[in-house]
Amino acid sequence: MEPMIAVEDVWKSFDRGRIEVLKGIQLRVNAGEIVALCGTSGCGKSTLLNVIGGLEMAEKGRVEIAGRERKGEKERLALLRREVGFIFQLHQLVPGLTLEENCLIPALATRMSRAKARARVRELAERTGISARLDRRVRELSGGERQRGALVRALINDPPVLLADEPTGALDESNRERVFDLLLELARSAGKTLLIATHDLDLASRCDRVVRMRDGQIVSP
Amino acid sequence: MSLWRLIFTNLRRHRVRTAIGAAGIALGVATMLSVVGLLSGAVRMFERILRSDAEMVVFERNVSDLFFSNVPVPLADELMKLEAVKDAQPVLFAIVAAPERPVITCFGIRASDGRLKKAKWLEGSSEDFRDDGEAIVLGERAADFLKARAGGELELGQAKYRVAGVVRTENGFENGGVFMPLAVCQKAFHKEGVASVITVAMKPGHETSEVKEWMRANHPSFSALENEEFSKSYSQFRILKTTAWVVGGCAFLLGGLSVTNTMILSVFTRIRELAVVRVCGFSRPQVARMIFGESLAISALGMLGGLALSFGGLRLLKAVPQFQGYIDPNLGWGEVGGALALAVITALLGALYPVWYAVRLKPAEALRYE
Repeated sequence: MEPMIAVEDVWKSFDRGRIEVLKGIQLRVNAGEIVALCGTSGCGKSTLLNVIGGLEMAEKGRVEIAGRERKGEKERLALLRREVGFIFQLHQLVPGLTLEENCLIPALATRMSRAKARARVRELAERTGISARLDRRVRELSGGERQRGALVRALINDPPVLLADEPTGALDESNRERVFDLLLELARSAGKTLLIATHDLDLASRCDRVVRMRDGQIVSP
Repeated sequence: MSLWRLIFTNLRRHRVRTAIGAAGIALGVATMLSVVGLLSGAVRMFERILRSDAEMVVFERNVSDLFFSNVPVPLADELMKLEAVKDAQPVLFAIVAAPERPVITCFGIRASDGRLKKAKWLEGSSEDFRDDGEAIVLGERAADFLKARAGGELELGQAKYRVAGVVRTENGFENGGVFMPLAVCQKAFHKEGVASVITVAMKPGHETSEVKEWMRANHPSFSALENEEFSKSYSQFRILKTTAWVVGGCAFLLGGLSVTNTMILSVFTRIRELAVVRVCGFSRPQVARMIFGESLAISALGMLGGLALSFGGLRLLKAVPQFQGYIDPNLGWGEVGGALALAVITALLGALYPVWYAVRLKPAEALRYE
């Protein structure tokens, strides 16, 4: 079976090559698979997610999503718009906008019709339990609600791949469990391929597979 | 949700910053329109002085200012003999000082000049103003600030004159000026036998080109121009108009810097936000449109404020009794359109650097930005 995400011998460094962050990464994630990427801070988890999602370019190696490598600006833009949804440790919602408006930003980028976009937000908000909070501004929401909003935002364009970088890292214990479970449930029910960077081994154990990273390399499958 | 919603949300989030940016543009628009309006009004008033009932102006070729133009008065009589000419009036312009009034415009004219006949006589009558007389006529404002009345005596420059009457005219310069019989004016200013200009009125059915050709053939050292041609070519008018646009342009430059400053702050204080919209799929042109949109919205606010300031301010100035007649702002669609176009250009130019910075942001780096 062709993997949804295929990373082959990817190298990435910063500071003009002085700091090597990814050293020959090999990773394959099948469609619909949920994989936890574990490792200590600074081991290269976030950089790997950024390279897979097209936010950063690998210096060497190959990254394919659904069997295609995206190299140019246009292709990487299409990747972000249609095939990959990002969730970050901090919700990164835009202050001043309502929760619903925040969720609609990716739809604005893809010029999805307003009615369709709103229907999609409402459907996802229903499933994540924030439909009653859609008209609230960011400052009026709890941490868990904000992160669930970020989850809806990542899913609005229905990307087949979700990349979550420490999605529960800034939440308290009860919210951490709920948001993580919700993420897994949404991904499983919609058949999404989910790659989660986390250093919480307990949460990671709920995923289909755990991949460990150390010092820019994958040390277990 | 639209791009404009994103734009206005950001502007609303930073009201003070938005207001400062808009104020810069507002002051630019207001300064430009006020200066252009006032100077255009002044030029228009001066044009009306020259024009009176005439279609043409004859003056000495290559003089920088009409006050330095010397046209022999007999030329007016020669022009009167032409088939095409209905009337030719010599007018001598001069500046005189009175106690406590250093600058008063004097018009040396013949009694047959239409401008005094058309004026409303508040004191005295047009019969009191004679070519062979010594009496002068004052504009209403001049009579007011010189505290003179018909029948009284007035010291102007080196001499004293009897005041024959007081007139009200629509033109501020005339209303604040002194009308002297041509010969008296020539004597007072040592300009015997000459006038500054000769205004020429044409007979119906005749072309101004007839006069121009005659002048070229017989008096090549003088120019005969139609009023429109004169307004466009007269260097003083051109200097005034250019000055107005340059001063206004400088004001816009400052306004543009305030927009740039506002937009730089706007971009630098939400680098992570810009990264997030890029991660959400915004292209570089979409980010550019967002920043340019903010700048244009600030500029539009500024334009509204500037229009209100300039129109309100000019109306207020016009209502001040001391300025009445002197300030006749002339703001047409051309001036307003020009100022608004400059405001839009300023907004776009002011946003160039912030846009350039924003579109070059690398989302992954920007997300790490503290």
